[in-house]
Amino acid sequence: MADRPASAFDEMHADGVIRPPYAEMARFLEATGQDALDQKRREAEVLFRRIGVTFAVYTEGGDPERLIPFDVIPRILSREEWERLAKGLEQRVRALNAFLADAYGPQEIIKAGRIPAELVRENEGFLPQMVGFTPPGGVYTVISGIDLVRTGPDEFYVLEDNCRTPSGVSYMLENREAMLRLFPDVFTRHRIAPVSHYPEELLETLKGIAPPGCHGAPKVVVLTPGPYNSAYYEHSFLADEMGVELVEGADLFVRDKVVFMRTTAGPQRVDVIYRRIDDDYLDPEAFRPDSALGVPGLMAAYRAGNVALANAPGAGIADDKAVYPFVPEMVRFYLGEEPILSNVPTFMCEREADRDYVLANLDKLVVKLARGSGGYGMLVGPHATEEQRADFAARIRARPGDYIAQPTLALSTVPTLCETGISPRHVDLRPFVLFGKGVRIVPGGLTRVALREGSLVVNSSQGGGTKDTWVLDDPPPLPPGEAREPGQGAAPEPGQERAAGGMSQSMGGMQQLMGGMAGMPRGAKPANDGSAGEK
Amino acid sequence: MLSRTADSLFWLGRYSERAGNVARGLAATLRMALLANPLSAAEEEWRSLMIATGCDPAFRTRHAVLTQDAAIQWLTLDPGNPASVAACVEAARRNARTVRTALTVDMWEAINDTWIEFRRLDSSAIRGDRLPGFLDWVKSRTLLFNGAAADTMLRDDAWSFLHLGTILERADNTARLLDVRHAAFAPEAAADAANYAQWQAVLRSVSALRAFQHVYHARLDPKQVAELLILRPELPRSLLACYSRVEQTLDAIASTSGGARGECHRLAGALHAKLRYGRIDGLLADGLHEFLTGVIDQNIALGHEIGSFYLNGRQP
Repeated sequence: MADRPASAFDEMHADGVIRPPYAEMARFLEATGQDALDQKRREAEVLFRRIGVTFAVYTEGGDPERLIPFDVIPRILSREEWERLAKGLEQRVRALNAFLADAYGPQEIIKAGRIPAELVRENEGFLPQMVGFTPPGGVYTVISGIDLVRTGPDEFYVLEDNCRTPSGVSYMLENREAMLRLFPDVFTRHRIAPVSHYPEELLETLKGIAPPGCHGAPKVVVLTPGPYNSAYYEHSFLADEMGVELVEGADLFVRDKVVFMRTTAGPQRVDVIYRRIDDDYLDPEAFRPDSALGVPGLMAAYRAGNVALANAPGAGIADDKAVYPFVPEMVRFYLGEEPILSNVPTFMCEREADRDYVLANLDKLVVKLARGSGGYGMLVGPHATEEQRADFAARIRARPGDYIAQPTLALSTVPTLCETGISPRHVDLRPFVLFGKGVRIVPGGLTRVALREGSLVVNSSQGGGTKDTWVLDDPPPLPPGEAREPGQGAAPEPGQERAAGGMSQSMGGMQQLMGGMAGMPRGAKPANDGSAGEK
Repeated sequence: MLSRTADSLFWLGRYSERAGNVARGLAATLRMALLANPLSAAEEEWRSLMIATGCDPAFRTRHAVLTQDAAIQWLTLDPGNPASVAACVEAARRNARTVRTALTVDMWEAINDTWIEFRRLDSSAIRGDRLPGFLDWVKSRTLLFNGAAADTMLRDDAWSFLHLGTILERADNTARLLDVRHAAFAPEAAADAANYAQWQAVLRSVSALRAFQHVYHARLDPKQVAELLILRPELPRSLLACYSRVEQTLDAIASTSGGARGECHRLAGALHAKLRYGRIDGLLADGLHEFLTGVIDQNIALGHEIGSFYLNGRQP
């Protein structure tokens, strides 16, 4: 562990001692050794490749269906740590939702002077079509992904909010399935909060926002841009796990402000659309007229209360990086509470004082596009060359409003299996928050890990990998040397993660590769009596 | 079921079947070409296969001369030929990927593993001694896919549309392979060694040489070969067997989707009836070529009608 950055907090070894959530894992890694772990890593890759869990990277030539590297060493949080995060996440998502309702409604927060009017009204994500319209249930941010980073035992920060179409939840689920298959023994020695019920929670959440025009059981669909989208695997995975249709724009049509899908038995009405298409492409009649991905007339049907969309169009103004610095203020303004989760201090290059500071301290800061995602167009000052910094300085001077900057945080590290052995690598965490009739959060989320030594960029489009994320339920691990026998207190209980053989009816996914086989006797053909003759 | 899903399943069935059929046709033609004497006859064999697989015109635009190597390359690995095995595997897998959730794991793995394996192949895989092994491999992969579908798929609409694609393609293939050698089946055709080889080749190309012996227990006879491939219900690749299943499958789909029927049901019924009540003597007397081109045309029309009734999303 010699190459651990001196300043980073390691979640397994803090100050040279093993932190309690990792006690059992540390023993396991010690006992297992590099070769066996390498072998597990190769098995994991075969598994992911076989089921086709892939992620397309736009700028890359070659393999159009790349695997996101999966690290076999999990990231572990204690129940106590998680509970605090969960409370903070719920609070934050409620505030973001309240902000959206306000921004497209009375705009009280602007009138109160707590957020600049232009950040809302002149925001690229602001949709005039949403003004004065309340989405079903008053919910805008049905599915949010909140990116968290950690710098110490109790220091968590929100790096950014994702209120449009956050992706990655399928990796959270498949990573867990892979771990269950690769390390069943390890699971019997931990009590790990399950995550596999996420699709059910998602379906319940989506049903919970069925529009007033829906009678009977709501018909839910997932709307995808199609197989060439980088997250297509996830779209099909979620549709399958929920048991709903995966539709493309051309599968839907609107008649008399009601949405139908084209089926072999004729048109069928649709009530709730979990759309994984960007706002601009949703409806060529309302937004980009050249969009071939969307559904003409969809917005009219939405505004007529005949269909629900998750997330609501226009929700992007809440996760804009220029709006981000005001989220703690939203918590105070709408909920009358102090924010549980902190923001990273953010400099807005649009402001002169901030800009001067940023330009003078580029070597210490991370500069991001105010409206970018996926780690594209980003400068990590301390790791950048002199030319790169000069290039960004010029860009900031030319279009200051496009950039924000933040101090480079010493992101926490977690042991990771690398070429040279187990080494600490920086991680973040994206928990997924569901908001329908209430807020639901599956414990954990997607841990992304920067696989390159010293790198702070965890995005899968930039060479990042993922880890399974465990939230440990009590009891605490046993003292060293005392292995718990399977079935002795540690056996999974109902509601706990199953250790093997989780079969589901549907296709796709790691679960199907794990079908257990009971030792049932097979029927045998009676011995040949010779009369039929051998051929 | 979503019309687009039905469409992808239908084409998955067609392309997967087509990949196997091209491999079967290649294996039979390769054998004929090896035995051919003089060499010009070998070229004739490859030309026949080009015509049967419907890729002769496109081949001619790329190649001035038809050599065995060029034909094999064109029909196996050439991505520019939409009927090559490589293009069929690519299209089958592309369709499979868009309807993954309608497939079972075993089906997906059968098609996906084939595709992964294919991407590793280079041109040496089809050279010389390695070609027969390659063709066997392709055949076994399509058999695996069909077996996975037969053994693991729920018998719902997804199965029906996949199966419909498979058998429609199969019928088309049988009709084309027979038609391209129709001269050997004409009443005036001599019962010589050359024609004997032709009859054998037709049977081989639909894996039915052994089946012929089981049904007729006799030396190959052109009338019986034609009868087996067109009118015998026992042979799964005969036109009768295929269209009987096409009609059944379309009926099953109609009954699960509210009973609505269209032109595709009428066409399938008419084709099936013609085969069911046909007699080989009359059929040969009227001209095998005329009969088979009629079947091929009606098969194309049937495909269009299935498309417009089920696959392209009817709007009221």
